[in-house]
Amino acid sequence: MDDLHKTILDYVRREYIEEGDDRPLGVTTPLITGGIVDSFSMVSLKRFLEKKYTMKIPDAEATPEAFNTVESIAKLVERFGAVKV
Amino acid sequence: MYVAETIEEKAHWNIGSYEQAQREFRWEAAAKELGFGTGEPVNIGWHLSDRLCRLGLARKTALLWEGGDGRERTYTFDDLRVLSNTFASHFWRLGVLPGERVCLFLDRVPELYIGFVGLLKLGAVVQPLFSAFGEESLLTRLADAGTSVLVTQKKHLPKVRRIREKAAHLRHVVVVDAAGLALREGETPLDLDAEPSSAGFPDFPATPETPSVLHYTSGTTGQPKGAQHVHGSLVAQYLTAKWVLDLKGDDVYWCNADPGWVTGTSYGIIGPWSNGVTQVVLDAGFSARLWYDFMARRRVSVWYSAPTAIRLLMREGLDAVREHDLTSLRHLASVGEPLNPEAVHWSREAFGLPFHDTYWQTETGCIVISNYPGMPVKPGSMGKPFPGITAAVLDPGTHEPVAEPGRVGVIGLRPGWPSMIRGYWRNPEGYAKKFGNGWYLTGDRATRDADGYFWFVGRDDDVINTGGHLVGPFEIESALLEHPAVAESAAVARPDPVNMEVVKAFVTLKPGFAPGPDLELEIMNFVRKRLSPLAMPQEIAFVETLPRTRSGKIVRRVLRAQEFGEPVGDLSTLMED
Repeated sequence: MDDLHKTILDYVRREYIEEGDDRPLGVTTPLITGGIVDSFSMVSLKRFLEKKYTMKIPDAEATPEAFNTVESIAKLVERFGAVKV
Repeated sequence: MYVAETIEEKAHWNIGSYEQAQREFRWEAAAKELGFGTGEPVNIGWHLSDRLCRLGLARKTALLWEGGDGRERTYTFDDLRVLSNTFASHFWRLGVLPGERVCLFLDRVPELYIGFVGLLKLGAVVQPLFSAFGEESLLTRLADAGTSVLVTQKKHLPKVRRIREKAAHLRHVVVVDAAGLALREGETPLDLDAEPSSAGFPDFPATPETPSVLHYTSGTTGQPKGAQHVHGSLVAQYLTAKWVLDLKGDDVYWCNADPGWVTGTSYGIIGPWSNGVTQVVLDAGFSARLWYDFMARRRVSVWYSAPTAIRLLMREGLDAVREHDLTSLRHLASVGEPLNPEAVHWSREAFGLPFHDTYWQTETGCIVISNYPGMPVKPGSMGKPFPGITAAVLDPGTHEPVAEPGRVGVIGLRPGWPSMIRGYWRNPEGYAKKFGNGWYLTGDRATRDADGYFWFVGRDDDVINTGGHLVGPFEIESALLEHPAVAESAAVARPDPVNMEVVKAFVTLKPGFAPGPDLELEIMNFVRKRLSPLAMPQEIAFVETLPRTRSGKIVRRVLRAQEFGEPVGDLSTLMED
């Protein structure tokens, strides 16, 4: 697992998973449809990514589908990471 | 623009002619359909299960449940009858007495729906709480209600354990998926599949005035208030589900709402099941394709959704709709916040059907203003009062009905319909403030046009309506002040294209703390974990001072007006910097 995937995975585990919740979490685990991250919490996850990688993810691209797995989030970061703000 | 169904279609709607229904309306007729006053029990739990079995629906599917992980369960009305009896028996053995508050702190798992029915049979007051609530929100509501038992699942148990010591009345925590878990003192497992089943349970002999459900709702000031519903609410929930949602025997019905909120109990449990209708539940987060796939596979015919969800679906476009066979859909309705005209036009294009906006509140217990099947829909309008409900636009000062069309006032409702709450839990003063000149004051501003249609304008207080849920600024500000960096705070609504409104917080910092994106994210997550994702500010403005009156009270309306680009009004009472 590369740094990008690991950073996102660690953040999701730290911020959105309850201590003692032993559900397996990997890069393909559904976050939105799996009920781990809801549409409101997605805003704080987006904010984290934008801060961490000094970039801007357009609101229109911040869809539940795009945020549904660590893998899809990483693709989003790779896509917009080059557009520095 | 009007969107009208054809006359041929109109003949098939349960409500028939709106005008005729309004002219001839009597709540007693609906009560009679349910057997009230003829010796039949009034207990809602009995009506949602045993009564339907008696009517010959024992083998009919009551609940088709799917988890986000692919698990599926199917329950007939007889399963619901037996399992709710089993649930009631379990809590009776735990020593739960009628009138005690039992909290269901569960995701949308089958035990939530079955437990709701079982606890009503026992005579307990059911207190469903949104399972995404953080510790502070959970504790506030348990402490206020004096809740004695809480039902939860493994994933939420750590949160419950952290507040257990502070929840003084909590005697038992019941865990519905405790297999392999080391439970502590005061925690007990409940596995409905393994529990000895109870074919019969002596239902509590409820009267129409017996307390049934306690839903917490937020106001501008103070902590959330417990809206106290009664068993007699069934009459209104049954009839509005039949007439507004047009539920019929062969329907497959899907309500998107979580039973942690009133829509999820009034129309996600009581409405459909009292009509003997099969309902489907998807315990998964939002995804347009997942939802369309679910509706196509389950052949959903009546869908009760929310504007926020509809706007998210609109974002995904029509291609996602057209990839699925959604021809089973025949009636669509929406609740939670005003439905914008674009959403009505879009649903016409996407599904060949308009969404029908419905309006009501936690306090009203049932739909009170609505667009009805068979009645022309004016996109963007709330519709007309439900037959049997007297609604008016009131002058905000005198609370007298406003006669002229188009004038803005407060929506008032004449009390007396069966599902109006009977009070706020241990808060008679708060309840008394909701009335003026003989009207229940909704706190929502609207106009009424010459045809009698209501049009929503906004709230007349500082409550934030985000994604169809009301969030109180006081609760958010209290949580913000618990963060070590925050000196003062004000929480207001900010317009949002998807959720209508979201929370924006204005904070001043204590000495030694500097504003910045790190601190903003930290405070956002702090509030999310303490309260809920809904209450999390989606933006934080770090400011030097907050607008105050000369007496020192923070004036949220100034901040809110700035966010909405509205005039800030009279500033003469504000303290000068």
